[in-house]
Amino acid sequence: MTDSRETIAAQVRDAAEHKTALQLQGGNTKAWYGRSIQATPLCLAGHSGIVEYEPSELYITARCGTPLSMIEQVISGENQMLPFEPPHFGAPATLGGAVAAGLAGPRRISGGGVRDCMLGAEIINGKGEYLRFGGRVMKNVAGYDASRLMCGSLGTLGVLMSVTLRLLPQPQREQTVVMAETPADAIHKMNAWAGTPMPITATFHDGENLHVRLTGSSSTIEKCQNEIGGDRIEQSEHFWDRVREQTHEMFVPGVPLWRIRVPPSTRPLDLPEPCAMEWNGALRWYATQAEASTVRAIAREAGGQACQFRGPPIDQVFHPLPPALLKIHERLKHAFDPAGILNPGKMYVQF
Amino acid sequence: MKMQASLSELTKRFHQVLPEDAVLVKHEQLAPYECDGLTAYRQLPRVALLPATREQILAAVTVCRELELPIVARGAGTSLSGGALPHPEGVLLNFARLNRVLEIDPENRTATVEPGVRNLAISEAARPYGLYYAPDPSSQIACTIGGNIAENSGGIHCLKYGLTVHNIQALEVLTTDGEILELGGKHLESSGFDLLALMNGSEGMLGVVLQATVKLLPRPHDRKVLLAAFSHVRDAGNAVAAVISHGILPAGLEMMDHFTIQATEQYCSPGYPKEAAAILICELDGYEEELADQMERTRQLLKQHQATEVRLANDEQEAELLWRGRKAAFPALGNLSPDYYCMDGTIPRKHLAEVLEEIYALSGKFGLRVANVFHAGDGNLHPLILYDANEEGQLERAEEFGSEILQLCVRMGGTITGEHGVGVEKLDQMCVQFNPEELQTFYAIKSAFDEHGLLNPGKAVPTLHRCAEFGAMHVHKGKLPHAHLPRF
Repeated sequence: MTDSRETIAAQVRDAAEHKTALQLQGGNTKAWYGRSIQATPLCLAGHSGIVEYEPSELYITARCGTPLSMIEQVISGENQMLPFEPPHFGAPATLGGAVAAGLAGPRRISGGGVRDCMLGAEIINGKGEYLRFGGRVMKNVAGYDASRLMCGSLGTLGVLMSVTLRLLPQPQREQTVVMAETPADAIHKMNAWAGTPMPITATFHDGENLHVRLTGSSSTIEKCQNEIGGDRIEQSEHFWDRVREQTHEMFVPGVPLWRIRVPPSTRPLDLPEPCAMEWNGALRWYATQAEASTVRAIAREAGGQACQFRGPPIDQVFHPLPPALLKIHERLKHAFDPAGILNPGKMYVQF
Repeated sequence: MKMQASLSELTKRFHQVLPEDAVLVKHEQLAPYECDGLTAYRQLPRVALLPATREQILAAVTVCRELELPIVARGAGTSLSGGALPHPEGVLLNFARLNRVLEIDPENRTATVEPGVRNLAISEAARPYGLYYAPDPSSQIACTIGGNIAENSGGIHCLKYGLTVHNIQALEVLTTDGEILELGGKHLESSGFDLLALMNGSEGMLGVVLQATVKLLPRPHDRKVLLAAFSHVRDAGNAVAAVISHGILPAGLEMMDHFTIQATEQYCSPGYPKEAAAILICELDGYEEELADQMERTRQLLKQHQATEVRLANDEQEAELLWRGRKAAFPALGNLSPDYYCMDGTIPRKHLAEVLEEIYALSGKFGLRVANVFHAGDGNLHPLILYDANEEGQLERAEEFGSEILQLCVRMGGTITGEHGVGVEKLDQMCVQFNPEELQTFYAIKSAFDEHGLLNPGKAVPTLHRCAEFGAMHVHKGKLPHAHLPRF
């Protein structure tokens, strides 16, 4: 539990002065995500510790180097959870890394994404200034929402120092059921159920079987299971961990893994199977050697976006930005980091 | 700055791109727009425009850019912070005619609408599919989705279902450069910075919303409403914290104080316990058995926290009755006083009791009555300061009282505005909440989208100069930091 913000601010100011590009590093578990860059590491794992946590307030404020696992353990002791069920991708994963990567796990469909839980962030911008945005309360419209802007910005706008996240009570009980479904039927069913008030907190299709996680009292779960069918599986938390951490066999190592976001009811895409689906069909994973341009075109055609999640370094990892949007991105980058020293090129080659 | 164009030239230019009846310049035509929900501030625009298509908006904004005319967008004009207050030299862009629901997509659970569509109209259009749009600001019959986005509006149910920002999936935004930005989509999340989040609550300062795609939720299976009465405000505050920390997430959790109870009883007789110091109205929703179980747990918790009475609505009619008083609270209080000033600070729930007690003390100090009726579940206070604008000095006293309340909220770790926005009203308090570097960041964000500063100038973010005058900023040796930078 240390507060190293003075040191970090000094390092950033020094880098800004010398125009030294910095590569922000928490637990170094997600460095592969985004474009690959060469820069001086700025180690942030040391800036750690929970600053404030009171269960009745449904939020936690912690320094960004705090291990994600420690946060989850502490709040779990109070029967609370991070609503977005973030993947760790390794034991040293930090809170800051989770927010900067902006990745949500299977619970995204009920708990929201990282940005939906963001209440406030304290950052050091590229000039070494310490800035606070947002706060500790859910309702807060004072000033532009710069704290949500940090989620998923891959450290290109500021060095996260501490964040305040909204928490949710843990469900009383969860039960997963599984049933054999073709991809097309699975998509149809998931979206039909999502239009009903049934308490479904996660869905995963592995190409052949559809897994559905239900939450609530035993009677609620029973009622829903009667409606959707399927067989119960044992130890379902392990199953969802394998989905969240991508240790499930659908996430084939060694083959480029594409993360495609489409409108959830989109029919199966014209890409070589198998495809893993989450988020009621809104998130599709393809382990494929297909050309990047092909994958992108298919995603775009479906009204969605494709990102090469894992794989050999390529120039364009994320969905390309149209010129008008790129211009705004460049200006925002300049607003936060005029010297362009924070993870330059991590997200897009232009900034 | 260009020479100001004459009114006849403006009229001519706008008539070239808009139908005759869409360009308003006469005093009597402009008068309805002189203020929004914050009536203490009034200003006529030079011109008001009523575009009916996106092409007309594009054309109107082009003219504004060429003539360097400030643009203030207006939906239904229900803002409580002056967000839609016209600019004396500018154009008021009224979205009343852009009120079409373009698509309900039940499979993807979205609605695509024009910016002038009323909040409630979206839920009405989605109803046949068993879906609805969750954020429900109190003005939802009238307020528009464009205004909701600008203010990141909340409502009674946002504790469980989120604010506007949580329920917008995609936006088409026009910048003053004439570029159309497509943000988000029917898919979840997008590559790049989260500009979609940034647009929410940006108070019309960054872009003009041309179209919005909102998330629709399935209607809850069932709901239950209860009322709990307390002899002390402190007990009610503690009860709120207890309910939340026991893992219960109400769809709505509202508090009304003694004064408000009296006022609503007089106004519409909802049958509230008149002697109570405070009441809580709690709505839970979910599946039947589970809901019954949660209701029982809530009831016990309230009892444990000294509730003198817990009343459960037995049917939908009784539930409506319990809500009726809460929903009529503002007009009820309005009946008791010629004017009121509605505040909107948010604090961590644990400080509720303490802050309320301090507000009552301030009420004595300023000699003005105050009523508290608010979203207790998310700590969003709405103290209503009652005053009479015709009495010399009362408005100023009310504003000073309000300002002290907001500073108190910031001291308690909260914020100056939970859901009403900064507008023209809380500019000074922004200086308390943010330091010069943070304000500089806001100017830079503004300028990234609206380089020429045409959109809603003078709102939402104070200039450093104003903060220096307000005295809340640290000004070193009489010099403003970064004095060379432009200020909007």
